[in-house]
Amino acid sequence: MARPAPSGAVRAVHRRRLLVLGGLCAALAVATVLSITVGAKPVPLGDVWHALTGPTGTENDIVVRSLRLPRTAIGVLAGVALGVAGALMQGHTRNPLADPGLLGVTHGAAFAMVFSVMVLGVGSLYGYIWFGLAGALVASVGVFALGMAGGGGGPTPVTLALAGTAVSSLLYALTSALVLMNEQAMDVFRFWQAGSIAARGGDVAWQVLPFIAVGLVLALVNAPGLNTLSLGEDVARALGQNITLTRTVGVTAITLLSGASVAACGALAFLGLIVPHLTRPLSGPDHRWLLPYSGLAGAVALLLADVIGRVVARPGELEVGVVLALVGAPFFVALVRRRKPVRL
Amino acid sequence: MSPVGGAGTVPETGARETGATARPDGLPLRAGPVSWLLRLRSAVVAAVLLAGTVLLMALTMRLGDIPMSVAQVFGAVVGDGPDHFVVMELRLPRALTGALVGAALALSGAITQAVARNPLASPDILGVTTGASVTVVAVIVAAGSTWGGASGALAQVGVPVAALGGGLAGALAVYLLSWRRGLDGYRLVLVGIGVSAVCTNVKYWLLTIGDVNDSSRAMVWISGSLNGRGWEHVVPVGLALALLIPLTLLGTRSLGALRFSDETVTGLGVRMNLARGLMLLAAVLLAATATASAGPITFVALAAPQIALRLAGTAQPPLLVSALVGAALTTAADLVARTAFNPVELPVGVVTAVLGAPYLIYLLIRVRRKARS
Repeated sequence: MARPAPSGAVRAVHRRRLLVLGGLCAALAVATVLSITVGAKPVPLGDVWHALTGPTGTENDIVVRSLRLPRTAIGVLAGVALGVAGALMQGHTRNPLADPGLLGVTHGAAFAMVFSVMVLGVGSLYGYIWFGLAGALVASVGVFALGMAGGGGGPTPVTLALAGTAVSSLLYALTSALVLMNEQAMDVFRFWQAGSIAARGGDVAWQVLPFIAVGLVLALVNAPGLNTLSLGEDVARALGQNITLTRTVGVTAITLLSGASVAACGALAFLGLIVPHLTRPLSGPDHRWLLPYSGLAGAVALLLADVIGRVVARPGELEVGVVLALVGAPFFVALVRRRKPVRL
Repeated sequence: MSPVGGAGTVPETGARETGATARPDGLPLRAGPVSWLLRLRSAVVAAVLLAGTVLLMALTMRLGDIPMSVAQVFGAVVGDGPDHFVVMELRLPRALTGALVGAALALSGAITQAVARNPLASPDILGVTTGASVTVVAVIVAAGSTWGGASGALAQVGVPVAALGGGLAGALAVYLLSWRRGLDGYRLVLVGIGVSAVCTNVKYWLLTIGDVNDSSRAMVWISGSLNGRGWEHVVPVGLALALLIPLTLLGTRSLGALRFSDETVTGLGVRMNLARGLMLLAAVLLAATATASAGPITFVALAAPQIALRLAGTAQPPLLVSALVGAALTTAADLVARTAFNPVELPVGVVTAVLGAPYLIYLLIRVRRKARS
């Protein structure tokens, strides 16, 4: 079936969108290089190349291959996942303040993981990723259901934020009750809670990769349906869309993406909130473009925040979760102050 | 100013349109320019609550290394037997701290809810508790072995002082950041959530750099605990309550007016921003003092005023009854914390959070139902 030739204006839009996509890819490349070279021990670019192509066991080779590469890989994966999850969440809730960290997903995953380690004796990371995902799912569904409860259409930003706070504090209380009974668990938990991509081995990246890959595919499949849904549920229904299916696919994608990244890196607040706000002006409301943009921008933001954390607190490091909170909170406050955060 | 519950939400406190001052079932007390309405139902409820709190305190004072009967506890308070020291120096201060802290938190919550015109508001999300937590964790971690020498000065600051300072600073930050040509309840809550998120993340980071023993100690404190509280914890909260209860009761009338629209309030002759500011300041001082004594015990400030409202049948949270409900709730929660997982004793804040969160959820659903109908 021959499509009509696109008019000049449409072509210009296409060109601009591809240009932005190219720009974001370039930014990601730069951020990746920074993440591999900058650190407690600066590694010259030549040595990075050497380590990647023909390692001979020099000190720089070991630093790059066993520390910097896994760290960067996890940063990219978690950044992409959280950026896309944030955009999806904001789209499905039509709520500009939606963010996995604010909506209880993080604490859901945390509780499930601590519970699995302490009560069920799960030892391997592969084991507790599943628990993290389950916890994230239960918490996210719970918060949305709460926001919707009582009827009257979708939840407003404030009810959703408060529902998230309520669920989070409940789960946090349960988690700390468990952790307080066991000092060893406390020692593990506090590092996980701060949110970091440092000192994770390469195997962590491989283990979360399948979950994030499936989540990304589901997210892209979900994009056209989400576009229709954003015209309103009635319109979408009139156009013959299966709303339940679209919502289910969306929530599954959100859970896989945020659950996997939370299980791997701990609590990374604000990333999923900020990134879609930065990319939406570039993409417009079309989720087929917003989602890839947000994914790339999320990875760039996470890597840059991590590099900042390594540079500012020398000789120590600031966890990337702390950097994100310090940068993200002013952004959030500005967002709240600028206008009433209307529904998207 | 719009109600916090979102577009079109009717605030719980404004549900009944008959003002408290118009009710015939009260006994007006006058002293010069000051008048106060004594309502019979509130007085009965208050008396019952007071008796209940005393009984609950006696019950929790039975528990410890030397178990006692309730009669023995009462006997030890008056007499000077061998139990006198244990009860007067160890158990009574702890029980009193719990009751007073609960009262202060609940009073603070009642004021906050009236000013924000929303049953979901509480000092928990106004930056007081999170500001206090992050400062206290900083002090505990600094006092520990990791940073010992370099930060000795910081470690010298006592935990209660740090909590008070941090709580006030947190509240000030939230207030300044949400002020924009007036104070909007909606913006206040959202800014509060944002500021809390930062404090929480900084707190987590501080927990990671400390020694694990210090971090555990800090973790107990930031959960809200009554363990090991002595008279030095009772006195500050007691003083704050003694000073601020009369002052807030004087402000009851402007609080009553605050639930109408801004235009009406100005028409009634209440200087709105001043009244609002002063009452909020009192709320912040109460919450900060309470937090300094027992750590951030969550949800008492949120739930107690709403329970009091239903018990007393008033149009908005009654201040004194709220305080008494808070005292009873906290004492009961501590009783549960000490007995539920015997022999392990939980921090009381864990119990209030576990009990309070479902309540907040119920409240959210109700507010939305109301908004719809």
